Amino acid sequence: MFKAESWAALFRDYRIFLNGLIATVQMTLVGFSIALILGIILGLFSTSGKKPLRIISRIYVEFIQNTPLMLQALFLFYAVTFAGFRGFKPLVAGMLALGIYHGAYFSEVFRAGIEAVPKGQSEAAYSQGFTYVQSMWYIILPQTIKIILPPMVNQVVNLIKNTSCMLLVGGAVDLISATNAYAVGLSTARYAAAAYVFSGIIFFAICFPLSRIAARWEQRLKARDQQGNIPKKKNAPDNVSDAELDRMIGENSDGELASGTRENSSEGGGLE
Amino acid sequence: MIRLIDVHKSFGNQEVLKGINLHVKEGEKLVIIGPSGSGKSTLIRLMNYLEEPTSGQVYVHTHLMSHNRRAFINKIHSAMVFQQFNLYPHLTVMDNLTLGPRKLKKVPKREAEEIAMHYLKRVKLEHKANVYPTTLSGGQQQRIAIARALTMQNRVLLFDEPTSALDPEMVQEVLDVMIGLSKEKNFTMVVVTHEMGFAREVADRVIFLDGGVILEEGTPEHFFKNPQNERCKAFLGKIIR
Ligand SMILES: Nc1ncnc2c1ncn2[C@@H]1O[C@H](COP(=O)(O)OP(=O)(O)OP(=O)(O)O)[C@@H](O)[C@H]1O
Ligand SMILES: [Mg+2]
Repeated sequence: MFKAESWAALFRDYRIFLNGLIATVQMTLVGFSIALILGIILGLFSTSGKKPLRIISRIYVEFIQNTPLMLQALFLFYAVTFAGFRGFKPLVAGMLALGIYHGAYFSEVFRAGIEAVPKGQSEAAYSQGFTYVQSMWYIILPQTIKIILPPMVNQVVNLIKNTSCMLLVGGAVDLISATNAYAVGLSTARYAAAAYVFSGIIFFAICFPLSRIAARWEQRLKARDQQGNIPKKKNAPDNVSDAELDRMIGENSDGELASGTRENSSEGGGLE
Repeated sequence: MIRLIDVHKSFGNQEVLKGINLHVKEGEKLVIIGPSGSGKSTLIRLMNYLEEPTSGQVYVHTHLMSHNRRAFINKIHSAMVFQQFNLYPHLTVMDNLTLGPRKLKKVPKREAEEIAMHYLKRVKLEHKANVYPTTLSGGQQQRIAIARALTMQNRVLLFDEPTSALDPEMVQEVLDVMIGLSKEKNFTMVVVTHEMGFAREVADRVIFLDGGVILEEGTPEHFFKNPQNERCKAFLGKIIR
């Protein structure tokens, strides 16, 4: 079945695969755009101070992450078709379904990214007079990019692979659907094995480099974090706690605080 | 310039400020002292609404502070310097200084950079304009943070323990800059600090905060010579070297 003849047939019919690949890439790009927009909006919702927004975001994320993509895609396609939108193409359904599904994951990526930026950053922005949206745009989001990129690329890899859910919808034109149609076609079924392998090679050739890039970025990020150049709060020698004060007042109940100062300081804790 | 009227602030059911009345006059240099956890940061952060009071009012200049007016009021009236510097790490020093004026006050780039350079010279870091903040020492970062506050060209400067996160040898360079600022009548300065030498030199008034109330207030001399409150005495005994 891996005969040269099979590969010659694939070569001859390359247009089928090329069109499938184009449709898959289209689905990926549009799906990614939808997911990105949804992800930013829901990510901002989930980090905002407004509880209703956080709840909306939470419900969306949990609902989407805990039901199968396949079901969401089927539901979307049939619901919309039965609702009367006859011209609703499987390709469009695929884009929407992937966008909605991965939007939930992107949202979590953004949330983690925003939460990783120290609170002092937005406080500095507010103290200068930036609004919430301005501080996000000029100060917080630019700092999240490095944190967000690796998991984001991983999500894109998943998104590419998830174009496969279109197979079930039927009538789709993406690479998987095209491959399968080819493999079960009357005249081409003989080349099924080679077709599947070929399709797998195409996916691998796209996804593997992306995964590697993501892994590389992630490692670089970790290495940088370990250098740790964020200033930590030092226990300033003059930080006197309430409890200490109480104790001191007790000890010095017969007054003489002014002269007692030096002695107290030596026992009281690192006054230097 | 800043007026707090019967301000209460609770976090959950812990009441951190229990009815503060305070009027910081225009041009006044006010130092806030008090033990750890007494609410000093909460108090100064109320002045630019980084914390919102549970009850009571905050006035800045003639404006009543509110959540929605915070951005507008801070933009034209105040600037803050934090213990942790909070410089923007993704921007160069120059961009840290020009971001606010350019985006908030629509100052043209060229002009914003001239203003920034002026203040960088003032903190003696003009040669660091094009580096990223994380390459600088703590003291240098804090001086940049002060320059960033100054580029907003507002009258009120708020400092929350600006030297507490610094290595001891870097404290003075930052205090020197602040002492320089205090000589200018235009600036209203509110400073949370334990640097009593600094307080003695620049403060018009010192307030001692403890348990969420102002337990004592007066001139620095008053605090050094005859503080009345027991807790204030004990505290001063502890921190004056
Ligand atoms: N965001 C917050 N949520 C809950 N509790 C808080 C919050 N901010 C401050 N507190 C509490 O309020 C009290 C006063 O805090 P605040 O930071 O104002 O004290 P401080 O006088 O500045 O102390 P320090 O000298 O340690 O900076 C502390 O008990 C603190 O734990
Ligand atoms: Mg504090």
